[in-house]
Amino acid sequence: MGNEEAVFFSRVLTELTLSFHIIYATIGVGIPLMIMIAQWVGIKKQDEHYILLARRWTRGFVITVAVGVVTGTAIGLQLSLLWPKFMELAGNVIALPLFMETFAFFFEAIFLGIYLYTWDRFENQRKHLLLLIPVAIGASFSAVFITNVNAFMNAPQGFDLVEGQLINVSPLIAMFNPAMPTKVAHVVVTAYMTSAFVLASIAAYRLLKGSEHAYHKKSLFLTMKLGLVFSIASAIIGDFSGKYLAEYQPEKLAAAEWHFETEGGAPLVLYGVLKDGEIKYALKIPFALSILAHSNPTAEVTGLDEFPEDEVPPLYIHYLFDIMVTIGMWMALLSLIYVLGTLKKWRFISAPWFRWLLVLGGPLSILAIEAGWWLDEVGRQPWILRGIMRTKDAATTSGQVDIMLLLFAGLYLVLGVASVVVLSRMFRKNTVEQELSDRASEKAGVEK
Amino acid sequence: MTLEIIGISVLWLFLFGYVIIGSIDFGAGFFNAYSIVTNRQHILTRIIQRYLSPVWEVTNVFLVFFFVGIVGFFPKTAFYYGTVLLVPVSFAIILLAIRGSYYAFTTYGGLKHKRYAVLYGLSGLLIPASLSIVLTISEGGFVSIVKKEPVIDYWALFTSPLNWSIVVLSLSAVLYISAVFLTWYADYAKDVKATHLMRRYALIWAAPTIITAAGIIVELADHNPEHYERLVDLWWLFALSVVLFAGTVYFIWRRSSYFAAVWLMIGQFLLAFFAYGFSHYPYLLYPHLTIYDGFTNEAMAISLVIVFIAGLGLLLPSLYLLLKLFLFNKEYVQGKEDGHV
Repeated sequence: MGNEEAVFFSRVLTELTLSFHIIYATIGVGIPLMIMIAQWVGIKKQDEHYILLARRWTRGFVITVAVGVVTGTAIGLQLSLLWPKFMELAGNVIALPLFMETFAFFFEAIFLGIYLYTWDRFENQRKHLLLLIPVAIGASFSAVFITNVNAFMNAPQGFDLVEGQLINVSPLIAMFNPAMPTKVAHVVVTAYMTSAFVLASIAAYRLLKGSEHAYHKKSLFLTMKLGLVFSIASAIIGDFSGKYLAEYQPEKLAAAEWHFETEGGAPLVLYGVLKDGEIKYALKIPFALSILAHSNPTAEVTGLDEFPEDEVPPLYIHYLFDIMVTIGMWMALLSLIYVLGTLKKWRFISAPWFRWLLVLGGPLSILAIEAGWWLDEVGRQPWILRGIMRTKDAATTSGQVDIMLLLFAGLYLVLGVASVVVLSRMFRKNTVEQELSDRASEKAGVEK
Repeated sequence: MTLEIIGISVLWLFLFGYVIIGSIDFGAGFFNAYSIVTNRQHILTRIIQRYLSPVWEVTNVFLVFFFVGIVGFFPKTAFYYGTVLLVPVSFAIILLAIRGSYYAFTTYGGLKHKRYAVLYGLSGLLIPASLSIVLTISEGGFVSIVKKEPVIDYWALFTSPLNWSIVVLSLSAVLYISAVFLTWYADYAKDVKATHLMRRYALIWAAPTIITAAGIIVELADHNPEHYERLVDLWWLFALSVVLFAGTVYFIWRRSSYFAAVWLMIGQFLLAFFAYGFSHYPYLLYPHLTIYDGFTNEAMAISLVIVFIAGLGLLLPSLYLLLKLFLFNKEYVQGKEDGHV
């Protein structure tokens, strides 16, 4: 296998692992917060439904966490196995947040174990809820630290490279790079948003399938409210991300927006297709790109014409941008309508067609997460470390990457299918109605 | 003490932690599978499940900690080991992934099948086998530098008696460590039948463990004389380790104190593991990479050490809480309490 092949297969394997891992990772970051909120509402309102909600979400969460942990271990090791030269450099400069992440993960793992096995152990439920706080903090901080590393890949700083030698390394400056604030905020908030919509999707599905139980309605309303809050936050942070890109990675912004020539008063191109270098069927919003990039409708936005051809990212990232933004906006709108509709008692929000839209929201949000990460990673090409190291120079020279790719593809297929089967069996066997009546009779037995 | 030594000592300590709790985990899976095949499932399953359930995820973190830490403290290891370990470590990841998720699927998701339990048990033996190959590679002789890139000679590796001895040692050590621990745990849970069975396994696996360990030292004399000489210089540490080993076997044989046996066993492995580590110094990979030329810059090293100390301050109380609630909680261990979600 020539080295070009090794680079190609390394890229495919990394993309596959990340695309699979990110589903479980996103859920893993967001769900603990949702469980915490549900349990807290349950304790406050003394409402058994919310407590049960927390309980059932936790059960599902354990399954997704397991897959998240093992695929996270896989990507952690694959970084060194597939990109040894990158990790050699990264280890010298950005190892700090990676190391911190293992502690966050450690912290989360320990308290998750405790939380899982101490239901009903405490007289005071608040004590049990306290155990969840380190889980939620650990999960969110894992995301913060890992995203830190990714931000560094986009905006490397904190070192000097003189004749191939690293000098003046400053781990903290590397960690707090310009890409970090927007990227970290965006990743964490969209994880909350996606988790809320995935849980909403499940509740809506149960309602569609004939269960009109108040449990599902409470679940749906709670998660849609949370989803609304976090989708608005995501949109605001998205705007800041645009400004970050304009300043520090203009080629990525320009490629994502098909902005070919530097100009002032630049329009924002949405949708459309690219034919022989011409944009067709696109929706052009006048001045919007200038506003997104610089908060000023006449500001000049750097176009792709200012970059050498071999430093321009693939132009198909525009489609990824479209997918991400459209779904984000759509989910904000959908949750707004649902929340308003519930408060104002609009009839149509209980109609099957509307509930189907809510069901669709879960998978769509996951798709938006995938599109966002592809946009981020492909949009950084040809660099693995922007401006410093090209992806093709970082890969392994091993000849067995293609076989490993097949093995891992098989693994992810098995894990994906098994986790779906296990999750659906788990909840189908033990329905909410069943569990509520079991608990009621258990309690009655105790009181007698 | 230099930063290099601090770095490698911390990592070595965490690797030791993984060796012990990973072994308990892997061995437990194997004994569970074995008891299913021989229709003695009822004796062991409950004990093993109770121990493993709250800690399985924590086990994995020790491994993650080690490999993230080593790239942090010694970034050149990514270059040397990253390329040559693609195949063995990928196998280990896949097995770990199947094993870890399968555990969650069965324990929390109710997916149960005899055949899977057997696969689960076997995967627990293949993981230490594939990971221990890394130790063989570190002894040198299998990696050469061709056109500035490290290349591994698989044929030499798979025909090397040293490699196979290390693999065998990893297997028997896994079973021995696990059996000693579970003997105590079963006794603590007042489960007479399980104690009896685990005690037998502990005694069975004691001899192979010590014999292969001795065999490896002999083979090293041939394979890596430099390392062998340094090993022999530390003979007293190994001798002490053997004394502790004898103590463990004695306590288990006499059924006098299983608790003391566990600690002696941990002491035995701690001494041997660190004696091996000291004698390996200063090489990370014979003869290409030492801890000195593989080390990171000073700024990174200092910040990693600070984070490590801060992290430990967070971690130790949490681990203590975990152990107190489950491992050293009689009510829980004896199965009188079940607060599972």
